[in-house]
Amino acid sequence: MISFSVNKRRVNVDVDPSTPLLWVLRENLELTGTKYGCGMAQCGACTVHIDGQALRSCVAPVTRAAGKEVTTIEGLSPDLSHPLQRAWLEIDVPQCGYCQSGQIMSAAVLLKEIPNPTDEDIDQALTGNICRCGTYPRIRRAVHRAAEMMAKGGGR
Amino acid sequence: MNVLRESPKPSVAGEMPRRDFLKLSVAASGGLLIGFYLPGMQPVAQAATFAPNAFVRIGTDDSVTVIVNHSEMGQGVFTALPMILADELDADWTKVRFEPAPVDPVYNHPVFHMQMTGGSTSTWSSFDQFRQAGAAARAMLITAAAQRWNVDAASCRTENGTVIHSASNRRLSYGQLAESAARLTPPQQVTLKDPKDFKLIGKPLKRLDTPEKTNGKGIFGIDVKVPGMLTAVVARSPVFGGKLKSVNADKAKAVKGVRKVVEVPSGVAVIADGFWAAKRGRDALQIEWDEGPMADFNTKSQREQYAELAKQPGLSARKEGDASGAIGSAAKKIEAVYEVPYLSHAMMEPLNCAVDLRADGCEIWTGTQFQTVDRMSAAGIAGLKPEQVQIHTTLLGGGFGRRANPASDFVSEAVHVAKAAGAPVKVIWTREDDMHGGYYRPMYYHSLIGGVDADGNPLVWSHHVVGQSIVAGTLFESVIVKNGIDGTSVEGLDDIPYAIPNLSVQYHPAKVGVPVLWWRSVGHSHNAFVKESFIDELAVLGGKDPFELRRRLLAKSPRDLGVLELAAEKAGWGKPLPAGRARGIAVHASFESYTAQVAEASVDSGGKVRVHRVVCAVDCGRYVNPGIIEAQVQGAVIFGLTAAFYDELTFEKGRIQQSNFHDYPMLRINETPEIEVHIVKNNEKSGGIGEPGVPCAAPAVANAIFAATGKRIRKLPIRMSEAV
Repeated sequence: MISFSVNKRRVNVDVDPSTPLLWVLRENLELTGTKYGCGMAQCGACTVHIDGQALRSCVAPVTRAAGKEVTTIEGLSPDLSHPLQRAWLEIDVPQCGYCQSGQIMSAAVLLKEIPNPTDEDIDQALTGNICRCGTYPRIRRAVHRAAEMMAKGGGR
Repeated sequence: MNVLRESPKPSVAGEMPRRDFLKLSVAASGGLLIGFYLPGMQPVAQAATFAPNAFVRIGTDDSVTVIVNHSEMGQGVFTALPMILADELDADWTKVRFEPAPVDPVYNHPVFHMQMTGGSTSTWSSFDQFRQAGAAARAMLITAAAQRWNVDAASCRTENGTVIHSASNRRLSYGQLAESAARLTPPQQVTLKDPKDFKLIGKPLKRLDTPEKTNGKGIFGIDVKVPGMLTAVVARSPVFGGKLKSVNADKAKAVKGVRKVVEVPSGVAVIADGFWAAKRGRDALQIEWDEGPMADFNTKSQREQYAELAKQPGLSARKEGDASGAIGSAAKKIEAVYEVPYLSHAMMEPLNCAVDLRADGCEIWTGTQFQTVDRMSAAGIAGLKPEQVQIHTTLLGGGFGRRANPASDFVSEAVHVAKAAGAPVKVIWTREDDMHGGYYRPMYYHSLIGGVDADGNPLVWSHHVVGQSIVAGTLFESVIVKNGIDGTSVEGLDDIPYAIPNLSVQYHPAKVGVPVLWWRSVGHSHNAFVKESFIDELAVLGGKDPFELRRRLLAKSPRDLGVLELAAEKAGWGKPLPAGRARGIAVHASFESYTAQVAEASVDSGGKVRVHRVVCAVDCGRYVNPGIIEAQVQGAVIFGLTAAFYDELTFEKGRIQQSNFHDYPMLRINETPEIEVHIVKNNEKSGGIGEPGVPCAAPAVANAIFAATGKRIRKLPIRMSEAV
């Protein structure tokens, strides 16, 4: 039995310890907002936070989460109120939407570390997240917009 | 009747007698389901295809649900099509929702006569249909209100989800009228708005599906879970056409969580409690394959064969003047070979399909672009009638053509697995499975001879195109192949708009055992690269400015010319740039839309190319949502740049050499240039927008590289070491 916290909820899972955290989140905990894209930490679709840091959950065995705090897209806010989500809505970022959870989770770590990022900061933080639809121009705009919202006191 | 939408059980819509769609009935929730004939959609002579439609439901809570018969794969149909309907309905946009349609002939594509999404056709092909659906609903709501007030319907008007009788200052919301409107007979004729009165169409409204794509709640095929569902991962032959010789599944069965190992036509399926166990089980299989005739297949010898084919006479796809005769009188001539590789669609969501198969029905959940074909295929395998198969179209994590397969590969296989599983099962493809699974953009080889006259004007264009037909051997062959020529192989070349007096395009269909398919922008994806690069070569040969030459040769093609000039103007064609940077231009028509792009690029001393800016002009005629158009075109440029710079599938010993994003890379945010999109506003017939932004990206960049370095790119992906 492996115990950890997901979106501030305590969970215990009984799975093969080699199982990537991604599949435990998706199948055992039914948190399907975190996506499978490559299985080798190349695309970022599976990005979650573990103790506040971005983690590619497709290559992290579930044991890596033991005793830790995991946040998924479902836990970022209960009501689309995170500045990134509000900016994503305002700029209308997603196309197919599949990679967007990962994009947002990577961007959330960036904004925590650099509240007013430059284009270069954004590029660097999100280089690990592929979007096949090519929403990058709007992602850039939306991260800037979220930073603005946070600066104006709309942050969390 | 609205069980049609609410039930997770299959076949409800499929089994519903057609005439029931004609009846308006009060739904279980007290809402209104509006079905109607489409007046004037098709000639009376084709009365058999004069199908009724059911595209809108209005609830007593004022909600307006638009049922969308095209799959949402990022291109915005869950927003654009509701906008069209809601505009004619005069709906309150804040009350408009969307729902994916079930599978039924009533939801067939108005042009292709099957339920499908592709060819950049969704918005324009459904435009009239969705307008009429909205207008018919509106007319009935007016009638219901007029009857209630006992006034003349003509004295009522609609606005923002309400019917208003101005003379008596009365108003009723659509929700308040839903039940009485449901008892009325639908009109046979409706009056459509004058386009100048559109309130929604033409505005950059926000997408309706953004919330669920921002909070993780949107359900893609891979997210589907039904009670008791198992997960399967399939081992498929590493060589196309290979067959299973023997399998030892002992180690696979020993993996905890593995339930069953079964043979299916495509290979061996390991069925388990979840993905990880299924994958570990699959990887533990010991399999011997009979690799078949493709066992020694490799890209190098395929190229050599294509080069030989290009020297033979081909099938004539275009002939103006006398190209072979005129080449002798050219003042200068040039020969060139252009090559493009096989490409994977590489949608972010790998293929997957969930199936619940029972004796009396089959329910399928998947992100597909090809519902009718998939349903037929599934029914055949399951031994059911098509009406007994229902497909729930989920969100698609990208499509780009891969999920529109005449062979229904990922659906058929999942039905086979379900037959053996004895339980609901979801087949998940790993990224590697997806990349090795075939149905690629075909490899193409183009050989050209061109010449200019003494004044430097293009005189001859002689072009041989070698590659596989996408539709050969499929149910589309009889429709698309004409005189032996697959139109998708030569699209964009058989209609070269440049005024060149001697022009010849010949096609050589190559028969190769690699499964191929349409890939975002299809034949245009390679033909535009060649056409727009080679016209640049002729401009250089004749000492002409590439923009000015195109401009002159397109004098009689006003829409090509329009976007060409607009892109050049916005990009500042001819104006100075920072040292090392240069511009390249390309223009191309596809899917009944016109695009031009100007790229600014530089190449460093190590041969690394950087694209700084891409300026696009698009003319897709009358449009619905410019915000979506901007996003589609930006995305298409990035899609095109990815192919230009990175992607290539190659074969060795019958096996694809690439497997995942480390060796089949995607353009990333740090490599993405500034991309400007300028939309031409006019009242021309609408064209597509999902694909037309792709074709110009590679040639605009390749031409910019030439302008910066004097090196010509004739092979994709771009490698400066291979430039000539």
